[in-house]
Amino acid sequence: MSIEIVHVTHRYANFTALHDVTLQVRTGELVALLGPSGSGKTTLLRVIAGLEHADRGRVLFDGVDATDIAVGERRVGFVFQHYALFRHMSVRENIAFGLRVKSRKVRAPEAEIRRRVDDLLELVQLQQLDERYPHQLSGGQRQRVALARALAIEPRVLLLDEPFGALDAQVRKELRLWLRSLHDRVHMTSVFVTHDQDEAFDVADRVVVMNEGRIEQVGTPGELTSRPSSPFVQRFIVDSRMRVPG
Amino acid sequence: MESQTLYRTGLTGEAIASELLALPATKATRSRATPTSETRVVQRVLIGAALAYFALLVLTPLIVVFYQALRKGLEFYMIALSDSDTLSAIRLTLIVAAVAVPLNLVFGVAAAWSISKFDFRGKSVLVSLIDLPFAVSPVIAGLIYVLIFGLQGWLGPWLAAHDIKVIFALPGLLLATIFVTVPFVARGLIPLMEAQGKAEEEAALVLGASGWQTFWRVTLPNIKWGIIYGVILCNARAMGEFGAVSVVSGHIRGATNTMPLQVEILYNEYNYVAAFAVASLLALLALVTLAVKTAVEWRSAQGAPQ
Repeated sequence: MSIEIVHVTHRYANFTALHDVTLQVRTGELVALLGPSGSGKTTLLRVIAGLEHADRGRVLFDGVDATDIAVGERRVGFVFQHYALFRHMSVRENIAFGLRVKSRKVRAPEAEIRRRVDDLLELVQLQQLDERYPHQLSGGQRQRVALARALAIEPRVLLLDEPFGALDAQVRKELRLWLRSLHDRVHMTSVFVTHDQDEAFDVADRVVVMNEGRIEQVGTPGELTSRPSSPFVQRFIVDSRMRVPG
Repeated sequence: MESQTLYRTGLTGEAIASELLALPATKATRSRATPTSETRVVQRVLIGAALAYFALLVLTPLIVVFYQALRKGLEFYMIALSDSDTLSAIRLTLIVAAVAVPLNLVFGVAAAWSISKFDFRGKSVLVSLIDLPFAVSPVIAGLIYVLIFGLQGWLGPWLAAHDIKVIFALPGLLLATIFVTVPFVARGLIPLMEAQGKAEEEAALVLGASGWQTFWRVTLPNIKWGIIYGVILCNARAMGEFGAVSVVSGHIRGATNTMPLQVEILYNEYNYVAAFAVASLLALLALVTLAVKTAVEWRSAQGAPQ
C-alpha cells in the first residue's frame, strides 16, 4: 500500500512539530525517517498511524483519504519505541490481542487464532517463549514480540518508532539485518524512525532527512551522500559518515 | 574534634552519645563502608529508636484497647456489643462505607484515568481539588455541609419545606464521609498510571481495540493492585472517620451514630467496657486492613513486573 502525506502541519501546545510536510511512500518500500531529536520524525509517524491528528493536511492510503479514519480502523502495524507490550499478558496473549478484540462477527475462531499466533511466533523465532511474560524477555526478544503483535492484524503498512533504539550494539546489528530480510520476504510498505544514519542507510530503500519539523531531503542512501541538497544534510549525513569509517 | 563539630550542630545529648559510641567502629570499618552505609551500632540505635517510638505510640494503645474491652471477660464484651444502639451504629457504619467506597472507587478511577492519560485545561485544578480533603480539617468539611444543608444554611429552608433531611440524617453522614475519603483511590492511582504512561493503551488502540476494550483489557489489569490498595485505605477511613461525621450527625442514638461516635458517647458515660468493645471492633478493622494491605503489597510486588 502506498502512503501519501500532503501538506501536513501539526502543532503541540506551543511548538510546531511538523511544518507543511509532503511525502510519498511507494508500495512495498522500506523508508527511514532520519533526523535529530525534535525534528518531528516521530510525530510524522504518529500522524500516519492516526495516533496524532494533523492540524492541517491529509494522509492518503493507496490514494484514499485516511485523515478521518480512526486509528483502530487504519490497519497499521505500529511498533512502539519501548515496545509497549501488555505487561500482564503472556507473549502469546500479546500477539493474539489484535485478533481477540475484533467484533464477534469478524473474529476468527479460537483454533484459527491459535494457529495464526503459532505462525507469527515461528516468524519471529520465539516458539519456545510463548508462555513467558514481557519482563522475562530480553530487549531483542521484546522487540520481536512487538513486531509479531503488530503483524498479527495483517496491517497494510508497518510503522516502527526507533525500533532498535533501546538495544545494545550487537543485537541491534542482528535485528537490522533481520528486519531487512523480513521486509524482503513480505514486501510490506514500512516506515521507521531513527536518529542513527548507519541504521537508516543499512536498512532503508530511501531515507527522509528531517530537521525542525521540515523534510530536508528524500533520497536513496547513495543520493544523499553524493548530492546533499542543503547544508544541514551535508553536516548531518556526509560529515558524520566521514568521521565514522565503516 | 569530631565531637566539637557535633556540639556545634546542636544535636541533643542522646544523639551525640550514640554518635560518640559509634565513632571507634566508624574508624575500624571505614575502609569497606559504602558512602551511604552507617556502622552497625548507628544502625541498631536508629532501628531501636524507631521501634521503641512506634511501640510506645502505636502498639501500646492498640493493646490497651483490647485489654480494656476484654477486662470483664468475653461475656461482658458480647453483651456490650449486642446493645441495640451499638448494633445500629455498626449497621450505619457499614451502610456509609458501602455507599462511600464504591462511589469514590468509580470517581477515583475516572479522575486518575483522565488526569494521567489526557491533557486538558484545568487539570491542575482537578488535582488540587482531589487533594483538598487531605488539607482541610474534617471538622471544617462537616461544617461546610451544615452551612449548606443545615436548617440555617443556604438550602436549609427549601429542604425543610420539601421534608428532605440531609443534616442529622444519613445523607449528611454520606456527604461528609465521601468528602474525607475522596482522595484515597485517585491519589494512589495517579502516580501509578502516570508512571505506566499511555503507550500500552495506544498499542491497544492501534491493534483495533475500542476505548472500552482498552480500559477493561489493558488499563484495569495494570492498575488492579493500586485499586485494591486504595479501596482498603478508603474503607478504613470511611468506617473510622470521626470529625466530619460528628458535626453532621447530631448524635441521635440508634439513628445517626456511627461506630466512632458511639465509642465517644459510651466513653463519656463512663461505660468503659462497652466503649472499648466498640473501639476494639474498629481496631480489628484496622488490623485486618493492615494485613490485607501487606498481602496486596506483597502480591503486587510478586506479580507486577518492573
